[in-house]
Amino acid sequence: MTDLIRTVQQQPWSLWWIQFRRFARIEIRRNLITKRAWWIYFLAFVPAVIIFIHLIVDRHQPSSMTEDTNILAGIVQLYYVRLGVFFGCLGIFSRLIRGEMIERSLHYYLLSPVRREVILLAKFFAGSVSAVVLFGVALTFDFVLMYIGYGGAGQDFMLHGAGPGQFEAYLLIMVLACLGYGSLFLMLSLMFRNPMPGALLLWGWEAINPVMPSLLQKFSVASYLRHLMPVSVPAEGIFALLTVETEPVAAWVAVIGLLALIAVVLIYCCIRMRRLEIRYTTD
Amino acid sequence: MSAAIETIRFENVSKFYGEVLGVNRITLTLSPGITTLVGPNGSGKTTLMNLMTGLVQPSRGKISVLGLEPSNATEFFCNVGYCAQFDSFPRGLTGFQFVLDSLMLFGMSEEDAHALAVEALERVQLDAAAAHRNIAGYSKGMRQKIRLAQAIAHHPRVLVLDEPLNGLDPMARAESLALFQELGRQGMHVVISSHILDEVDRVSDRVVLITGGYLIAQGNIHEVRQEVRDKPMQLLIRCDKPDLLASKMFAVNHCVEARLHADGAGIFLRTGDVDQFYKILNEIAIEGAVKIEAVAPFDDNANAIYQYLIGSDGSAV
Repeated sequence: MTDLIRTVQQQPWSLWWIQFRRFARIEIRRNLITKRAWWIYFLAFVPAVIIFIHLIVDRHQPSSMTEDTNILAGIVQLYYVRLGVFFGCLGIFSRLIRGEMIERSLHYYLLSPVRREVILLAKFFAGSVSAVVLFGVALTFDFVLMYIGYGGAGQDFMLHGAGPGQFEAYLLIMVLACLGYGSLFLMLSLMFRNPMPGALLLWGWEAINPVMPSLLQKFSVASYLRHLMPVSVPAEGIFALLTVETEPVAAWVAVIGLLALIAVVLIYCCIRMRRLEIRYTTD
Repeated sequence: MSAAIETIRFENVSKFYGEVLGVNRITLTLSPGITTLVGPNGSGKTTLMNLMTGLVQPSRGKISVLGLEPSNATEFFCNVGYCAQFDSFPRGLTGFQFVLDSLMLFGMSEEDAHALAVEALERVQLDAAAAHRNIAGYSKGMRQKIRLAQAIAHHPRVLVLDEPLNGLDPMARAESLALFQELGRQGMHVVISSHILDEVDRVSDRVVLITGGYLIAQGNIHEVRQEVRDKPMQLLIRCDKPDLLASKMFAVNHCVEARLHADGAGIFLRTGDVDQFYKILNEIAIEGAVKIEAVAPFDDNANAIYQYLIGSDGSAV
């Protein structure tokens, strides 16, 4: 162990990087495929299943590609961002710390020679990889199934038309949604024994945020993501409340704004993690 | 080398869980060897161990282990291993994976980690076939062994063991105690809390008695016994005529109780003045009326001292 101590004294960052990678690998192995997360897989893949059913059933009466493009935009903005990714990330990220406290296994990590900040960031990274892989794959299925019914025209749209740009934008939205909601749920799980009430409040906040003053809109994940949507969802009926048009913001501003929000939340999480005590009897 | 970097130190340490007292004003220095924490349930033993390893932070005071603090996780946990009493594990792992994963976090190569994991499993005598099964299917004793293996695998200088004998059968308990003794002899700090006092007592170099969050006594077991001089001391005398010895001893007023040993070849005597007792015993031996084979203190152990110092309700007497 003296070698390790010498290494940390001489090159702490290199050791922390090794520990981060190993910790993340252990976490991803444990998180990515688990029977307990069936409901998260369901949330991720239910649109793909529905699109597939439509593809089979409505095979002889295809709708227009423009209409399907709007439907896909609606699925991303109204389903994934507000429901699927939101609750999926709640399941993945709130389990990272709080779940281990409930299972009484967190102490093994806190007793390892790894800085608590490294543990937290590695767990966040592992949760993000799990969420992004899951929802990214689900989105890819949605995208392919949505246009595959159009034959050559659909293939052309997916590979050479506006399709690749839209797909990249949706993928970026998914990644940022996973990171943004993930960081917030990680924070809630560090602050509260039961993060669910806080998560429901956040859900309500995200729903009403579009009608809030522009300053308050900066404290919302969905508001940043809305500016990255490649296709605007037509606002009709009660969905109008969820799709209020706000002043346009450049995509790079939205991305940097959201990354800054994530960074602030993670710094706060690190501070909480340093003060975290193991008292399983009260958790 | 300064004393601070060879000892475990608590300096006026208190821990409150909200309104509830964990431990209060503990000042304690532990040198290398085997230390047993003795106290009833809820007395603060686990809190003391959790404080020592940084799982909880003190409300007041300062703790250092070999001059290190848990906030310096890398150096601290290279030197400290903690086998906590929580009987739970990360999900879905085999015993071997559990130990290997822990070692990989030290930054060592996979080969080194593998070799250390195998060595640790051998030391706790968990066979290879069992080690490659999922922990979820382990018996309580096997879970205890795998936790112990994980705590010692990186060769720490301080080993903290919270109820390490729970769930072990007599053979496994004896093997674990032999391991603790060996580690103690190698100059390690081994801090144990256990309810199985009779067994732990035999290997302990010192005891720390706590109750209600307060430190009652600490030190070498015989020294602690001497501190409780107001309690009559019980001795076992092996001799050929225990009845005659009893009658002679009862002639002096400091002998308060005598009881024949079950095998009839000895007698338990309780005396309020042990110095006077030995003087008279010598006189009887010189007289030759009773042939004395052996004399040994019978309540010079953690269990008896615990009973003397701590009332049945867990309060100090």
